[in-house]
Amino acid sequence: MSGTQVQENKTVTLGSLWRDKKTRGMILQIFAVIGILIFIGIIISNTVENLDRLGVKVGFDFLSEPANYDINQTLISYDSSDSHFRAALVGLLNTLLVAGCGIVVATIFGFTAGVLRLSNNFVLNRLMQVYVEVTRNIPVLLQILLWHGIIINSLPVPKKAEALVEGVFMTNRGVFLPQPIPQEGFGWVWIALLVGIVFAVFFKRYANKVQMQTGKLLPAIWIGATAIIGLPVLTFLALGSPLEVSYPALKGFNFKGGFVVKPEFMALWFALSIYTGAFIAEIVRAGIQSVSHGQTEAAHALGIRPNFTMRLVVIPQALRVIIPPLISQYLNLTKNSSLAIAIGYMDLVATIGGISLNQTGRALESMGIVLGVYLFISIVISALMNVYNKRVALVSR
Amino acid sequence: MKKLLPIAVSLAALTAMNVSAGTLEDVQKRGVLKCGVSTGLAGFATPNDAGKWEGLDVDLCRAVAAAALGDAEKVEYVPLTSKVRFEVLKSGEIDVLSRVTTWTFTRDNSLGLNFAGVNYYDGQGFMVPKALGVTSAKELDGASICIQTGTTTELNAAEYFKLNGMTYEPVPVETSSEGRANYIAGRCDVYTTDASALAAQRSVFEDPTAHVVLPEIISKEPLGPVVRHGDDQWFDIVKWSHNAMLVAEELGIDSKNLDERGANANDPAAQGLLGTNTSKLGEMLGLDKKWAYNIIKQVGNYSESFERNVGKDTALKLDRGLNALWTNGGIQYAPPIK
Repeated sequence: MSGTQVQENKTVTLGSLWRDKKTRGMILQIFAVIGILIFIGIIISNTVENLDRLGVKVGFDFLSEPANYDINQTLISYDSSDSHFRAALVGLLNTLLVAGCGIVVATIFGFTAGVLRLSNNFVLNRLMQVYVEVTRNIPVLLQILLWHGIIINSLPVPKKAEALVEGVFMTNRGVFLPQPIPQEGFGWVWIALLVGIVFAVFFKRYANKVQMQTGKLLPAIWIGATAIIGLPVLTFLALGSPLEVSYPALKGFNFKGGFVVKPEFMALWFALSIYTGAFIAEIVRAGIQSVSHGQTEAAHALGIRPNFTMRLVVIPQALRVIIPPLISQYLNLTKNSSLAIAIGYMDLVATIGGISLNQTGRALESMGIVLGVYLFISIVISALMNVYNKRVALVSR
Repeated sequence: MKKLLPIAVSLAALTAMNVSAGTLEDVQKRGVLKCGVSTGLAGFATPNDAGKWEGLDVDLCRAVAAAALGDAEKVEYVPLTSKVRFEVLKSGEIDVLSRVTTWTFTRDNSLGLNFAGVNYYDGQGFMVPKALGVTSAKELDGASICIQTGTTTELNAAEYFKLNGMTYEPVPVETSSEGRANYIAGRCDVYTTDASALAAQRSVFEDPTAHVVLPEIISKEPLGPVVRHGDDQWFDIVKWSHNAMLVAEELGIDSKNLDERGANANDPAAQGLLGTNTSKLGEMLGLDKKWAYNIIKQVGNYSESFERNVGKDTALKLDRGLNALWTNGGIQYAPPIK
């Protein structure tokens, strides 16, 4: 403190600025930032200049040209005459689909394995240990290739496939399932579902209030669940089942009709979920173990029943430790989904960063888009998880 | 990571160097030709048991090296995936790209590159297991089709099926080995890529006779060497190295009889090509008199190269077909070397 006061009294010279730790740090940082900006500037201007000399123009105008290739898994309507931009969008949705499904299943696997690893049952906890150690120590690319190999080699071709149950066929071109097709009036079922959910939320609030005031516990979960499931079912029956089912049937080379889960998607989904699940299992185990045993004992001493102890005492504290590394795992899973290209799953990298890149030769622009989109997805996932993290974090009073 | 390679390559190369216009001087100073080839495609570019590169595309590299350096062995082969090939060429890391690359309008005009001729006229075909009983591509409605990505193949398939009002399930595959695995496992009914590559793929199947290539050829795939824009002399050298092999075949000059033909004073065409009279053809290219002599002596004429790599006696068993000389019903036609 006194040091700065002495400085203020003196006339400011370059030497005195340099001797001051804070100013010196600031000056160095400014120079570092300028240096980095100059470096990036040189790279960009050199690139543009060199491409210019070769007569290559840089720009994103190619995105509006027709893509001219087909994609086998499209969540939105897509045709080969659509633009490269739409092809990229199809790829992005495929990336998000596999990342989303992967995150859900990896979380289920991870929490199950993590809790079971702490189980007193010798067989169970050893089994989980084997799962964790084996899967997280094998590169995920190999696991993807392995699953793909297993699926396409072990399942029969469509012509030899037999129905598992009516309308369900497991083939090496995908799992074919009956597809429900909503008929007129089905919208009411969605509305009933919405009403059920709203009712459940309000009932839970009411139950909490009752518990606060009287200490009485209402079976809020059961009543809520009944409302969410029961209302739509009743509406559905009352309307006379406005749903038709399209069953897959073998026609020519392939099954037609129904709903298909492609083997490339399954392989990628399984591999990513199982691989990331192993990491999550370790995070969950560490989280639970980080809660001091004294907490459990204290809860028991207060007469709280064991499952409430877990739900209300241990897990909320464990989540504080679990969430931050869990975010990293979700990000890893999303980024690892770009390995899809190895088995021909048409994700973002395979569409705009693969075929489009090849057709148009716009490597810088295409890769730029891919990098930008992954960055954006990752930042969104982090942001969402950080919001959740804030909610479960230790509240300092 | 494979997908980052194009960017890394372009950034690294573009920051460091200036693409020089004098490719010939660079090659001669370096004493070795850097030639981009496939990562391994039987008959076109693949290392043999001794690790030496062989194939039709490789022969083109050797011909250019023979012309520019006088020694067909002075080639450094750079195996490239279809994805990075243009970036690597643009950045100046290789001098010529000879990698079953289809000459298209877009590639010629938007990438800053030039196609220096066609060393193999190909077309996209379909291969199916014989057991399927399919005899024409028109019967493929609803089929699952393995398509090697990163080529013009996807576009042709999409166009062909759309035009014929048929549907199909594209199964994109990244490498030929992955394509084989999918096709053999029955993940797809049909395998489509350039007909020459289908022949190459079939030759390594356990039972090649159990698969047929359908008669329809659905696209034009002129495959040829590629160079950078802006160096016309180098462009000419690559173009005429290939033409010299064609002209040699047309004149009946091969690696065995060239000394005899070159000594014959009554054979001015052969003497001009081989540089044994007073003509100064080599000089016009900035090369020495023996440029074509060296190509034919060390690599052979086009027919020798074709038969050695992809012809009847090889595993690929390809006909000359379109690649026969124009005098034999094909379309391989070189302007006169005069």
